[in-house]
Formats: sequence, C-alpha cells, structure tokens
Amino acid sequence: MSVDVAGPLLPLVPLLAGLLGLLLPPGDGAGPRRRLAAGIGIAGSALALLLAIRLLLGDGDPFETGFEIAHFGGFTVSLGVAINPAVVYVALAVALVALLVQIYSVAYLHDDPRYAPYAAQVSLFTGAMLLVVTSHDLIVMLVGWEVMGACSYLLIGHDRRLPEAPAAAVKAFLVTRVGDVGFLLGIAVLITQAGSTRLADVIEHPYDGSTLTAALLLILAGVAGKSAQFPLHTWLPDAMAGPTPISALIHAATMVAAGVYVVFRLYPLFEQSPVALGTLGVLAAITILLGALAATAQDDLKRVLAWSTVSQIGYMTAALAVGSPAAALFHLLTHAAFKALLFLAAGAVIHAAGTGLLSRMGGLRPAMPVTFWSFVIGLAALAGVPPLAGFWSKETVLTAAAHATEGGETIPVWAGWVVWLAALLAVGITAWYATRLLLRAFFGVSRAPGPDGPAWEVGFDDARYQVPATPHDPPWLMRAPLLVLLVPAALLGLAAYAPGFRTSLELEDPHLGVAVALPMLLLAAGAGAAWWIWWAVPGVDPALALGPARPLFASGFHLDAVQHRLVVVPVRALARYVTAADERVVDAAVEGAGEGTRRAGGELAEAHRVAVLPVAAVLVLLGALVLGIVAWLGVPA
Amino acid sequence: MTLSTDSWSFLLAAMLLVPAVGAAVVALLPAPRIVATLFAAVTFVLTLTPVVFSRDLLWVSYGDRPPAVVPWLNLDLPWVPALGLDFHLGVDAISYPLIVLTGLLTVLCCAYTGSRPLAALLLILEVGVLGTFLALDLILFFVFFEVVLLPMYAIIAGWGGPGRRAAARKFVLYTLVGSVLLLIAVVTVVSQAGTGDLTGSFDLSRHLQYFVFILLFVAFAIKAPLWPLHTWLPDAHTEAPTVGSVMLAGVLLKMGTYGLIRIGLGVAPEGAEWASPVLGVLAVVAILAGSLICLRQRELKRLIAYSSVGHMGFVLLGIATLTVTGIQAALIGNIAHGLITGLLFFLVGTLKERAGTGSLDQLSGLREQAPRLAGLLGFAAIASLGLPGLAGFWGEAFAVVAAVQAGGPLWVTCGVLAACGGALTAAYFLRLLRRVTHGPATPMVRGAKPSIAGVEWFAWGPLVLLTLVVGVAPALIVSGTDIPILRLLEAVSRG
Repeated sequence: MSVDVAGPLLPLVPLLAGLLGLLLPPGDGAGPRRRLAAGIGIAGSALALLLAIRLLLGDGDPFETGFEIAHFGGFTVSLGVAINPAVVYVALAVALVALLVQIYSVAYLHDDPRYAPYAAQVSLFTGAMLLVVTSHDLIVMLVGWEVMGACSYLLIGHDRRLPEAPAAAVKAFLVTRVGDVGFLLGIAVLITQAGSTRLADVIEHPYDGSTLTAALLLILAGVAGKSAQFPLHTWLPDAMAGPTPISALIHAATMVAAGVYVVFRLYPLFEQSPVALGTLGVLAAITILLGALAATAQDDLKRVLAWSTVSQIGYMTAALAVGSPAAALFHLLTHAAFKALLFLAAGAVIHAAGTGLLSRMGGLRPAMPVTFWSFVIGLAALAGVPPLAGFWSKETVLTAAAHATEGGETIPVWAGWVVWLAALLAVGITAWYATRLLLRAFFGVSRAPGPDGPAWEVGFDDARYQVPATPHDPPWLMRAPLLVLLVPAALLGLAAYAPGFRTSLELEDPHLGVAVALPMLLLAAGAGAAWWIWWAVPGVDPALALGPARPLFASGFHLDAVQHRLVVVPVRALARYVTAADERVVDAAVEGAGEGTRRAGGELAEAHRVAVLPVAAVLVLLGALVLGIVAWLGVPA
Repeated sequence: MTLSTDSWSFLLAAMLLVPAVGAAVVALLPAPRIVATLFAAVTFVLTLTPVVFSRDLLWVSYGDRPPAVVPWLNLDLPWVPALGLDFHLGVDAISYPLIVLTGLLTVLCCAYTGSRPLAALLLILEVGVLGTFLALDLILFFVFFEVVLLPMYAIIAGWGGPGRRAAARKFVLYTLVGSVLLLIAVVTVVSQAGTGDLTGSFDLSRHLQYFVFILLFVAFAIKAPLWPLHTWLPDAHTEAPTVGSVMLAGVLLKMGTYGLIRIGLGVAPEGAEWASPVLGVLAVVAILAGSLICLRQRELKRLIAYSSVGHMGFVLLGIATLTVTGIQAALIGNIAHGLITGLLFFLVGTLKERAGTGSLDQLSGLREQAPRLAGLLGFAAIASLGLPGLAGFWGEAFAVVAAVQAGGPLWVTCGVLAACGGALTAAYFLRLLRRVTHGPATPMVRGAKPSIAGVEWFAWGPLVLLTLVVGVAPALIVSGTDIPILRLLEAVSRG
C-alpha cells in the first residue's frame, strides 16, 4: 500500500471501527457478541498500528493529501493528512497504546455488560486523536479535538456503579469545552486572517503581531483545557472515575497529549509571539509544581498518577515555551510509554487488591512480581532515573530551559528562569512521590482488610469481580501489554542517540555534562527523603510528614472550590435571573398584552351596550384616521 | 411577465398537489393509515427531484447582471394579474435542502403518528411549508406562510397536552401579529415596486427599505423565533403532540430564517445592512438567554424548546453578519437544527409518553432500563450541543467564524459571546443527560417500555443517519449556495 493511501486511512480506520462497534447491540456479558465487539475494536487499532508502521517505513518525505469536503464562503475545508516523520512517531505511539488498551480491556472488563459500546468508544477516541495528529486542516483538527472530548465524557461516565462517575464525566467535557471556546475563536481569527483553513497556509501567513498574540492566547485556552494545564486542569484528577484502561488512554496517548501536539504543529506561529510563549511558560511552571505537590498527598493510586500527568504535561508545555518543541515531543513520547505502563499496572493492582487506596495496600511485591517490576520501571522513568526513558527526555527539557535563562530565545529571560527553576524543583518532588507510591503499595505489611477487619467497601474499581484471596499478577491478556510497554518505558530514551529518530524530531545531540548533576542530586534527595521517612516510622504514610500542607495538597490547592465559586455559582445565578426575567418580563408582557386586549374588549362591549351610538361614531372616526395615516404613509416620499 | 414553464416544472406544482390531494383523501375517505404515509413518501420523492435540474453554470449565461434568483426549476403562471400576483414557484440551492427536509420530516411524522386526521393535517401543513419555500412571488409567499398557521393550530389544540388550548391560542395569535406585519410589508413592497417577483429586483428608496425591513424583521423574528419574541415557542412545544413538535421545530421555524434571507435580504438589502447590528446583538442575546434558561428547565420538552431559541440564535447571527460564510452557516444550521431537534423531539416525546412524565426530577437511569433509547438520546444531545463531525457543528462554528470575519468590535464581541454560548449549550445538554440517562432508574423509568418499535426506527433512523452524513459531508447542504448568496449580498455592498 502506498503511503498516500495509508496516510488518510490512518484516522479513518479506527473511526469506522468505532462507528461499526456502536451499532452492535448493547447489554451482553459473554458470548459471540462480545467477541465480535472486541474483535472490531482490536482490529481497528491493530490496522491503525500497521498503517502507522507502513508510514514509518516509507521514505520519510513529508507529504500532504486530501479532498475537499465543503466550501464556506472563501474557506475550503478539506479532509486530509499532512504526514511527516514527527507526525508518524506520535501516530505510532497513539496506535500502539490504543491497541494495548483494547487488548487489556478485554480482560479488565470481562464481566461488564456494556463492553460493546465501551470498545467502540475507545476506537472512536483513537480515531479522533489520529485525526488531530494527521489532519492538515485546522477545522478538521478541531473536529477530532472535540470528538475526543465527547469520547472522554462517555468513557469516564462508563462505570454505572460509581456515583461520582457521571459528575466527573460532565466535568471533563465541560472544562475542556470552556477551553475550546478559546480554541475555536483562536482558530477563527487565524483562518479569517489567512483566508484559508489549511495548516500550511496558516503557518506561513504573515500575521499582525497583536492579532497573532491574541489568537495564540485563545488557542492556549483550548490547550490548557485539553492538556490539563493550570487553570483548566481540574477535570483530570476527577476523570479517574473512568475505567483504568481509559485513564491510560487519556493520559498517555490521546486527549492530554493533543494540546501539546497542537502547539507543536503551530509552533512557527508561537515562535513569533514572546507574550504567548511567556504565558505558556508561566502556566507550565505553575502546572509542574501544582501537579507534583498535589501528587505527594494523594491516597488514591490513580490520583497520584493523574496529578503526575498534570505535572509531566507541564514539562512538555514548558519545553514548548522555552523554544524546544523537539524536547516537548520527545517527552510526550516517553511519557506515553511510561504513563501507559503505570496506568495499566495500576489496573492490575486494583484488580488484585480490590481497591485503589494506598492506605489499604502494602506488601504486594512478592505476590505480583510482574506488576511490581512494571511499577519500578514506570516510576523510575517518571522520576527520571538514568538510563530510563524519562531521564533523557526530562534532561532535554531541563537543558532547553537552562538555555532559555541565558536569553536568545523568544521567551522572555525571566520566564525562562521561572520555568527552569520549577522544572528543576519538581524533579525532587517527583522522586519523592514516586518513591512513596512504590513503598506504600508494594513494601511493608499488607493493610488489606482481612476477614476480621473493617467492612470496607470496594471503593475504586471498574469491573465487577471478587477480590482474590491472595493478590496475584493479572491474566495474560492484561500482562502482555505491560510487558510490551516495559520496553519503550525503559529504552525509548536511548532513541535520542538513534540518528533517524533524532533528526526527524529535530532533537539536538544528547550531551551529558555537569548540568546533569543538579537534577540527579535533587532526584536522590527526593527519593531518599521519602524512603527515610517510610523507614523511620514504619507503617505510616510518608505524606503525614507534610504536616498542615497535606490537606491543601490533597485537595489540589482547593482550586475545585475556587472554580466552583468563580464560574459555576455565577453562571447558575445568572441563569436564575435570566429565567426569571424571561418569565416575569418578556412572557408577562405578552400575556399582559393578551389579557389587556381581552379586558379592553370586555369594556368596549360594556360601553357599547351602555352607549351605542357615540362610541361607535368615535370608533368609525378613529378607523378613518388610521386608514388616512396608512394612505398618507403609503404615498412615495 | 410572460408565461414561462420548463417542461419539467409541473413537478413543482405536483409537490403541492400531491400532499393536498393526500390530505383530502385521508380526511374524507376511510383510507387505511398507510395511505397518508404513501402520499407523504411520493411528495418526498418529488422534493428530491429538483437536484437533477441543478445547473451551476446557469449563472454564467446571464453575464453582468443576472437576476436575483436563478431557479433550477421554474413555474410561472399569472394568477391574479390585477393584484400583480403570479403563481410563481421555483427551487434553487438555498431552498432545496429545506424542501427536502420538509418532505422527509412529513414522511417520518406521518409514519409515526397513529391518527388519520392528524396525518391529514400534517399533509396540509406540508403544502403550506413547501409553498413557502417554493414561492418566488411575494404575495404567494405570504399566502403560503399563512396556510401553515391553521393546521398547526389544530394539531396543537387537538392532540396536545393538558394546557393545549391556551398554548395553541398563544401560538396562533402571536404568529398572526407577525403575519399582519408581513402583510403590510408585502403590500407596501408590491404597491411601491410594482412587482412581487422575487427573481427580479426591487427599486425601493432607502427609507422605504428601512421601513419594510423592520416589518419583515419583526415578522420573521417571531417565526424564527428571535429573543425577545420567542415566548410562544416553549408553550407550543410543551403542549404539542410529538409530531407537532417535530414539524414545528424541524421546518416551521425555518420559514422565519428562510424568509429573512430570501425576502428580507432580497427585497430590502439596504434595510438589512442598516439593521444587521441589531439582529446580531439580539441573536447573541438569544443564544445566551436560551442556554441560560435551559440550565433552569425541569421539563424535557420545554428544555428542548428553549434550546431551539439558542440554536436559531446561531442561525440568525450567521445571517446578521451578511457574509457568504455567515449565510452558508445559517443555511446548514437550519438543516442541522431541523434534523437534530426533530430527532430530539421524537425521542423526548416518546420518553414522555412511556414514562408518563417529562419532569427531569422524576426521570433517571434511562441507560439501565432502555440502553438503546438512552444511546439515541445521548447521540441527539451530543449532536445538538454542536459536536464536530455531526451536523450541528458547521452552522455554529462558522457563524462564529463569520462574526470574527466581519470584523470590528461589535461583531468580534458577538462572535466571542456566541462561542461562550456554545459552552453553555454543552452545559445544559450534559445536565440533561446526567439527569435522564445516568444514575439509578426511577419507578417512572422502570415502568417505561425499553424496546424500540419498527415504526420508531423508521422515523428516527433517517434523522440519525443524516445527522452523521451532513456532519461528515456538509457540502451536501452548502454546495452551490455561494453564488446565489453573493447575488443577494451584492445589493448590500452596493448600498
């Protein structure tokens, strides 16, 4: 198959698989229908992966292909792809993670009666992300962008037994949708100025400075929404109500990566606007620290990982801000590998322990070696332990940030400092919470509820199952994806030395200098501190050492409440006033007019009965007057 | 004007004749129920035919000053020459999608309803609506515009809910006020310009155009409906039977927006340009007020009715920008709203009938009891909140793009606020879904029949499919409309 065909098929195949899957009848446990649903889902992702591999094996020359789907005024919207090596690498990551998630879900949701729509929605999600990744048209990119939002809504709200799931789903859709208001407006400004919706035309168009900055800031609102950046990150931790494989999908390959990726594609424009990059940098710095600090105090395994995603995506936007889109993309790819690994492994833990709460785990290591080693590799990569994937990509980001502090980049120097310091500090914090997570879950004694223990509810799980008597590694359908993901999580960083990979991402040569010492020192300090607290006071959560800051961190700095106070409450109040005005003013005026007419008619009838003639005469005269006015107005001026 | 009929233009007359005959047959003869559907189906096939005669190159042959409208099919018979009234029908790219939509929705509604008199009324309604979209003569347009009123009144008053009489009266009186204004405008134009032919041009003085446009604006704003002239709509929708709501939202509202484009812009372009800021501002107010009010609604059908106010606000915003992009957005927004809100009314009507209540407080857990119905409702709601890839997206996104394109602080502000309205739209639809589909099933919902009957699939399937198809291929609606719109707007830029 030629690359011209493989390119456009890449997003279409999973999308079609998704639509096909939605047609399947819902409501079935086992049996052939379920196998069909799984087959369609897996085939869609597998085909997408094969297509991505085909593109990778092509000659690597960038190309565009597509066809027009509509004209709106001067705009020609076209469904098509712009393929270059960087696009292909991201598409490859998306397709691989999606395939593994589909396979993993077969076992993870083995007794879910609504598996068929679930698998179809995962396919749609994948297709939508691939649409964003490959599209050469901003409007079509927006299509994928928002379809992802809808899919995340459907999938986060999938679990019927979690009372918090519907609210979390609505929150995820709404918060990202608020950001998308900016995204749509930003795109509207860009395309109306450029007179074209094609990405290549938009990038090459010479914009006026302030217009460009305004448009890019608007787009950043959408990016903040999708990529869970401060201040629109609040949906991501709540989104943990979704099934764990969905968390892997959202965090690793789709959704949150989309925002970073869009900035990457529009980077030639961002390079022209110091204000936009400065804003991005400051928000990134806040997000990095916010996410890392919030992760330190979470008791829920998945929430730790969720906050770590917020923080790690912050590293990517930080890399973009300091002028290194290549570093951002590199971190995106390594993060996709180790975060997918961590979430899928977390699913295995939850499956085995029957809970997601760290306070009820402990001592899982001997029982689940595969899961344990997945966590070790994943968390070490997350913290940036050499030579694992995260080390290399985080190092590139830090180097770029350090570079920006010397000036010479588009971003203002002070913002460069802010970014660099935040990124550096967060290395230590990341090491701290990664170590805490590992120790709390896998070491020490088990804190699982025994037969005589408290009657704990199973709090955070996805599929209906009995908690096994002794925890054990997951079945092969769930274990295999872990083993596959271990490879890139460990080794992808070394790809920075591979010339093909490096040149296509336009990464600079990796150079390990003295600069590595500082983050390594922080890493060791963070991990060591966590270990020391855990060792010194056995059986106690190291997070208690945070003291009074712990509730603050655990609640994510109360930003949910702030958001509620500043947005939800005023909108509700406004809705109340508008509704009241609509009923008591607008509609009352109409009803009043009707009532008034009726009363006037009644009184006229009464008057008519009492004094027929004079009133009738007056009415006739009035009528004549009206007709006269009409006739007079009717004469052409 | 000389008698001019293409050899196939009898099709246009047939489009009106077939449903009229059908209505008579169904009402007077003891025909089985299927007959009404058959007549509606024949009409639907007829409404599809004009596309065969579309000739994009038609415009080229007219050189520098082509007429305002070049219909694909044209039927022009003198009717009452003394009044300057011609029986002039025609189809072009602007009216064609609306005509097809009318034909389609009538078939679906006729098939869906079990009542013969109701089906007959639907067919009469169809005559009026098709006539409105086909008319190329001002007075004829007015006549058909009025024909619609009475069957709709009868449908609401005859088959509606408990408050049907008051709602029907409000509907008919409110829209009659609009009709009076329309009549004054039409008579003024015909008497001053000496012609009511929409394919010609109207030489009206600037001030007369202002006057005429104000009248037309108010008349069509009531029909569309535009805030603050919308209050007849929620009552009418809440009380109307399911098929009545579907026709009302699906095609009747479109007569307002279509009239604004074809008559308002065509007859008084300078007036339109003069009044467009007011139209734009009111449209944005409608979007925001409609969505905010929806956030507070506790009744299913009322909520969807108010959502129509918001959606039609996007359509009117597109028109108000007076750009090709904006009006194309309005055209596709019209169709999308007809498909999606039609589907929504079908679904909530069915749900209300089965559960015995439309109160959001008493409906919950639909996906436990009736997963298919819940899935369809979810699809329709997500389509209605403007999800890209489905029909609703194009109209709303490009209305915003057109407002930004129009430039200037006023229009950019309108665009920004309209985009915020998009987020509010998502908010109230998600609230609706969360209330109705999620959570544990209430006794009302548990008592509802979960399965979907064949006739329901027949009525809903095409709408679901078309929502997806138009979403993926918007060219189906907007292709070929750019030149007619440019012609309409030429007069604006001249003014």
